Amino acid sequence: MKPASVACWLSALALAAAAAQAEPAPDAARQRELVRLVRQDCGSCHGMRLTGGLGPALDAQRLADWPLDSLVATIYKGRPGTPMPGWSALLSEADATWIAQQLRQGFPSEAR
Amino acid sequence: MKRRTLLAAGGGALLAGCASWPGSAPARGTGDLGVVVARATGQLAVVDTTERRILGTIDGLGDLSHASVVYARDGAHAFVFGRDGAMSQVHLPSRRVLARLMQAGNSIGGAISQDGTLVAAQNYAPGGVRVFDARTLAPIADIPATYTAADGSQQRSRVVGLADLPGRRFVFSLFDADQVWVADLSDAAQPKITKFEGIGRQPYDALLTPDGRHYLAGLFGEDGLAMIDFWSPQPRARRILAGYGRGQQPLPVYKMPHLRGWAVAGRHAWLPAIGRHELLVVDTATWEEVGRVPVAGQPVFVMARPDGRQVWVNFAVPDYHKVQVVDTVSRQVVRTLEPGKAVLHMEFTPRGEAVWISSRDANHVSVIDTARFDTLARLPVEQPSGIFFTSRAARIGL
Repeated sequence: MKPASVACWLSALALAAAAAQAEPAPDAARQRELVRLVRQDCGSCHGMRLTGGLGPALDAQRLADWPLDSLVATIYKGRPGTPMPGWSALLSEADATWIAQQLRQGFPSEAR
Repeated sequence: MKRRTLLAAGGGALLAGCASWPGSAPARGTGDLGVVVARATGQLAVVDTTERRILGTIDGLGDLSHASVVYARDGAHAFVFGRDGAMSQVHLPSRRVLARLMQAGNSIGGAISQDGTLVAAQNYAPGGVRVFDARTLAPIADIPATYTAADGSQQRSRVVGLADLPGRRFVFSLFDADQVWVADLSDAAQPKITKFEGIGRQPYDALLTPDGRHYLAGLFGEDGLAMIDFWSPQPRARRILAGYGRGQQPLPVYKMPHLRGWAVAGRHAWLPAIGRHELLVVDTATWEEVGRVPVAGQPVFVMARPDGRQVWVNFAVPDYHKVQVVDTVSRQVVRTLEPGKAVLHMEFTPRGEAVWISSRDANHVSVIDTARFDTLARLPVEQPSGIFFTSRAARIGL
């Protein structure tokens, strides 16, 4: 393999990796969908007001100490042995990251 | 003459006033009444299933996400259990909240005793069951769901699957403790608890068959259900449908199936397979699996029409815009309906000629003819969820 093609291949790999890491943050319309999804669908177990139920409460005080990446992983991949499913079929990793950040700050209410 | 007519008319009005329910509504029966939970606004819409219309609303009920309702025997009074731990006693004809009690921190439902005198709430936090006088809401019994955890500590389990057993008894499941308990309140001052241990991992909900004989608890932590036959001289928990997934990787469960609401049709029970897009059909005489029906998504409610000829199914996100109808004779899906996005609940009219379906994101309730499948009415309700008709008052296990 010529050095030039190796460099080209490596840079392509690096670009792909960067793209995966830097998926665009959800836009305003997607954010509204995500707020609805969390309030309504996560709400089946965590409560519409996120005060807990079969799933634990998701208030900011409780989640503030959680490392962000572990919170994102819980949302994206689920927690084996518990009823928490991975939501990767319905969310991108960027969506999951945005949700985790909002949960740690106190999750927004649905626009009425 | 004129004066006499006026007096007669006044007397008539007075009599009508005496005959009416508290409030100003005229006297009427309650057999065709019901409520629809409007969970975003914390209201109940009071509906008439004959006229297919909303009569009015009941306000001030707190957090009604995952709210459920049980009826007193008169079909006029109902108890509403809110997520915030509140239990409210409402009166449908006058559309009023008569009493409200914060009985726990986090609750999802309740049950009323066979004789109608006791109402019980199942609580997540603090985990346990609390029992009240159905008329006065005076506390009768507090039953903490205490168990010994793996590390030897005493913990309280979240309680699910509460149902009324014949006699002044309630049966319920302990999600965290893998147990089913029966509380016998024949002597209300001294509740007698019978515990069934090691019933299977993580019971998530349960149902009592319409005859009050069999209690089925769905298991989240393993493939199978726990079953107790209360007509047996020595009731014990046994496993049914064990290993129904046959080692396949289960799909993610975005919403727990709900077992209460019944899909017992004739001699068969129709049950949601957890983590699979299937219904399991089990013979209630032998408790052997007799069939499976593939459906459009992860089933949430699997409900039999009152005559048992059809089973209606709704689904978890992302398939929750669909409802499927299974013919119980041919065991085939005979219809797929799309009554509006985010179908959360279904309720049959007392004799089953129509079904009411709530579509949360479409903000309406559809009334659908169960023979012809056409939409008979569509009623506006903001984010509707549970639908509860007064015919539940006369049924055990609801």
